[in-house]
Amino acid sequence: MAWRDSRRNRARLALFISSIILGIAALVAIYSLGDNLRDNIDNQAATLIGADLSIYSGKKIEGKAMAFVDSLGKMRSEERAFASMVYFNKGGGSRLTQVKALAGDFPYYGKLETIPVSAEQTFRNRQEAVVDQTLMLQYRAQVGDSIRIGEVTFAIAGILEKAPGATGITASVAPVVYIPMRFLDQTGLMQKGSRVGYRYYFKYPAKTDVEKMVKTLEPKFEKYDLDYNTVQSQKEDTGRSFRDLTRFLSLVGFVALLLGCIGVASAIHIYVREKLNSIAILRCLGVKASQAFLIYLIQIAGIGLIGTVLGTLLGTVIQQFLPVVLQDLLPFDLTTDISWSAIGQGLAIGVLISILFALPPLVSIRKVSPLNVLRSASDASHPERDAVSWALYGLIVLFIFGFSFLQMQTWIQALVFTGSILASFLILFGIASLLMWLVRRFFPTSWSYLWRQGLANLYRPNNQTTILIVSVGLGTSLICTLFFIQTILLTRVKLSSSGNQPNMVLFDIQNHQREGVLAIAKAQNVPINQSVPIVNMRLEEVNGKAAADFEGDTTAEQSRRIFGREYRVTFRDSTTSSEKITKGKWQGKHNPSAEMIPISVEQGFAERSRLELGDTLVFNVQGTIMPTTISSFREVNWSEVRTNFLVVFPTGVLEEAPQFHAMLTHVPNPAVSARFQQALVRQYPNISIIDLALVLRVLDDIFNKIGFVIRFMAGFSILTGLIVLIASVMISKYQRIQESVLLRTLGASRKQIFVITSLEYFFLGALAAFTGILIAVIGSFCLAKFNFESEFNPELWPIALIFLFVSLLTVIIGLLNSRGILSRPPLEVLRQDV
Amino acid sequence: MNTILDLHDVSKIYKSGDRTLKVLDSISFSIDTGSTVSIVGPSGSGKTTLLGLCAGLDRSTNGTVELHGKRLNGLNEDQLAAVRNQYVGFIFQNFQLLPTLTALENVMVPMELRGEKNIKSRALDLLDKVGLAERGHHYPTQLSGGEQQRVSLARAFSNQPQILFADEPTGNLDAETSEKVVKLLFDLNREAGTTLVVVTHDLELAAKTQRIIRIKGGKIVEAS
Repeated sequence: MAWRDSRRNRARLALFISSIILGIAALVAIYSLGDNLRDNIDNQAATLIGADLSIYSGKKIEGKAMAFVDSLGKMRSEERAFASMVYFNKGGGSRLTQVKALAGDFPYYGKLETIPVSAEQTFRNRQEAVVDQTLMLQYRAQVGDSIRIGEVTFAIAGILEKAPGATGITASVAPVVYIPMRFLDQTGLMQKGSRVGYRYYFKYPAKTDVEKMVKTLEPKFEKYDLDYNTVQSQKEDTGRSFRDLTRFLSLVGFVALLLGCIGVASAIHIYVREKLNSIAILRCLGVKASQAFLIYLIQIAGIGLIGTVLGTLLGTVIQQFLPVVLQDLLPFDLTTDISWSAIGQGLAIGVLISILFALPPLVSIRKVSPLNVLRSASDASHPERDAVSWALYGLIVLFIFGFSFLQMQTWIQALVFTGSILASFLILFGIASLLMWLVRRFFPTSWSYLWRQGLANLYRPNNQTTILIVSVGLGTSLICTLFFIQTILLTRVKLSSSGNQPNMVLFDIQNHQREGVLAIAKAQNVPINQSVPIVNMRLEEVNGKAAADFEGDTTAEQSRRIFGREYRVTFRDSTTSSEKITKGKWQGKHNPSAEMIPISVEQGFAERSRLELGDTLVFNVQGTIMPTTISSFREVNWSEVRTNFLVVFPTGVLEEAPQFHAMLTHVPNPAVSARFQQALVRQYPNISIIDLALVLRVLDDIFNKIGFVIRFMAGFSILTGLIVLIASVMISKYQRIQESVLLRTLGASRKQIFVITSLEYFFLGALAAFTGILIAVIGSFCLAKFNFESEFNPELWPIALIFLFVSLLTVIIGLLNSRGILSRPPLEVLRQDV
Repeated sequence: MNTILDLHDVSKIYKSGDRTLKVLDSISFSIDTGSTVSIVGPSGSGKTTLLGLCAGLDRSTNGTVELHGKRLNGLNEDQLAAVRNQYVGFIFQNFQLLPTLTALENVMVPMELRGEKNIKSRALDLLDKVGLAERGHHYPTQLSGGEQQRVSLARAFSNQPQILFADEPTGNLDAETSEKVVKLLFDLNREAGTTLVVVTHDLELAAKTQRIIRIKGGKIVEAS
């Protein structure tokens, strides 16, 4: 019976299936991707670090610490990494790169993938380097050309395509050049104050339980201030970051599915209303209320299953293409396999969700009386909601909460997500109702008939205003929010580099090089906006306690950590425009007779390190002990391009200390930038230069890549929104056709019908787009204010464009659906309807 | 007396694949202005098709239809719509009110489409004449069948038509309501001096018109 009954409506039901298909496809694609990521990370974990164990320190490992490292194993490699300018001798270009000096056979798992392949081995024994492919491309360099790092010239042995743990993105942010360790000292770049990372890689026999070994050595790692990484910990770290990504994406997919469900629910609602007469006839013929309910439940479950199976297939196909987009973001090769668990989950969720959302309208079937055959069907078109309906709504909310909890694993986040979804629905629903009320209340009676008819259709019986505003509005707001967030992040960076703001930073300028650099800048007509002295120092004591005193004191976690780092400190007599004193008093000059030097500490750092005003800190400036006291806290605007500092000394203390300088400049264009960099690097190879224009380009690239993945998933929501739109328009098609034909019969011209239909759909589309954009603007404003702590000034034209696009699309779909009416003789259609 | 509707040798043939179905076969007659005519015949005899051709709702396969001196055959859909709006009123068996408009708005539609001003009072007058002045703000679903047909009557007269076509106007009504509606139809018609063409198989209703055209199998079998 269920099958026979659906015969006349199958084509229409097919459309409703599509909304389920898209939602499930999105979900299955993301689940499969997540499974594949996990499998790939598991399989390739060893190649992520390239060894069984890696030890890292930000300062040179010496004495007992070195003896400890020596004791860890015989098969080891050493790597020293630091930032330095690399100068391409042939083309004359130069760029800040990550130089890695290597000794030993690292990597033990995986390999440095180079072109030619042999370069991976040959460079280790010669005065040669392997250079990251982004650098090679940027400077059009070829194998055999030479580069200069510091004082040493290296021949390029090969192009580095991939190194363990590196991603396409990290390579473009900080491209890597590998050189043999034995030439490191000759470069002259290992001077005091240089920031170098020291890393040792170990390989152990296959059966060694590295995890267990590391566990027992933990106190020693702590004692010598060494960080370590094992295959297992690397696997967990990598897995965690990509789990976050897939979780986020699956929530986006889930929103698409929810949209589809709204489509299904509204379609079933109208479907049931149209079927009231059939149901009443069946009831007259002796069918029980529960049997009638079952007939339609079976239909819907069948449709849900078909949609889900098709969606699962589509999702499995789509996930084969996701790696193409994602590969650059991943530190490992992504292979795709069919994930049966993802398919199983997709099938279960699809059937469950389609039945769950169809049930509220379906339960009204139980209330259809056989008397409806005798009375007008419209009398019973609005059955009252009973306890069962409310219980079902509760069940739906519970399902959304349960699903989000499964994704996020924390109650709070699941609650926030469910709350946000509910709030969005309620806001959209509320705004739709409010606008309908406003249109009715302040109806423009003086407008022409066509406008009034189009506008009035928004609130008249059987209107589609609420369903369209909720579905199209939610899709629009999702896409808009993603777009706004991207804009917020990008403008934050762009703002800081616009106008005459500094866009180039030079650092590691030695005292004796300062005048020379200024002269080069002057000769090239490049203004130096700021020149700041920097002194490196270490913290010895806080309030009379040294690092050793904090050992074993688990309650003082942050305090212990502040000893491990090297402090880059400046001294001046006043605050800068990007700083604000929040607590205490700024003291710009040190009184030599005073016992303690008054210093200013950045507020966030002070909070993290649990430092208070008046605390005494003892610094060691290359052997000289400096007792200080915190006299003020500063709030620093880090987004401004300036040299900002955690700790600032007053003048009159550090002037004679070993120091280097950082300078900020503004270069007007890439040509001047290149010329200036070349001149500097040729004369002072130790000076590092950060070109913000380049950083911006790289950031833009990253956002585009990540943005594409997110937009791709959000696109499912938009597509589903469109299908819901088409479905809603189709639901009302028969009513609209009847209306249009009647108007034709009464003498309306083709143009009049066209205008009425266009206006109605334009009002609907415009209302939906407006509401969606409004939610996105409010949401993005909150995100900008509370999360990114940034200004939110949305540009008007993209908003206008989205608004027009959604509005026009709605009009086009509406008109396409009612095409044909205008050219067919009214009698033909009247008769069909009658 | 002037002729308002003139049909000459009109045929209507429907094609379905290889098969052709001749619904109307060489129909010719004319109707005088201000007269009342009924077209009667059994189900499937072609009554409604004939009415559709007369009113410009459909096109004949052969022959000519002339309404108020205008030849309908050569007109496009928009021109036909203009003719209907200007000269023709309709009443349908199943009322055919716009479900999204109130009773008052339904009556106003033909005048609105003509771009007329100050139409609300006239529409209210018409609703008053059919006894529904108080129900103007109700939607069709909130009215009974008889009430809906009365709204439909008010609408039919709203553009002061030259000719009114009624297709089984009492087909969906009970005897008592039918009687009231028919009385209203003829009263209003007399008052406005409109030509009335009724398609019906209700011989009692047909007897109320001045002239009866009987058709069977697509041909006129008797014209009084």
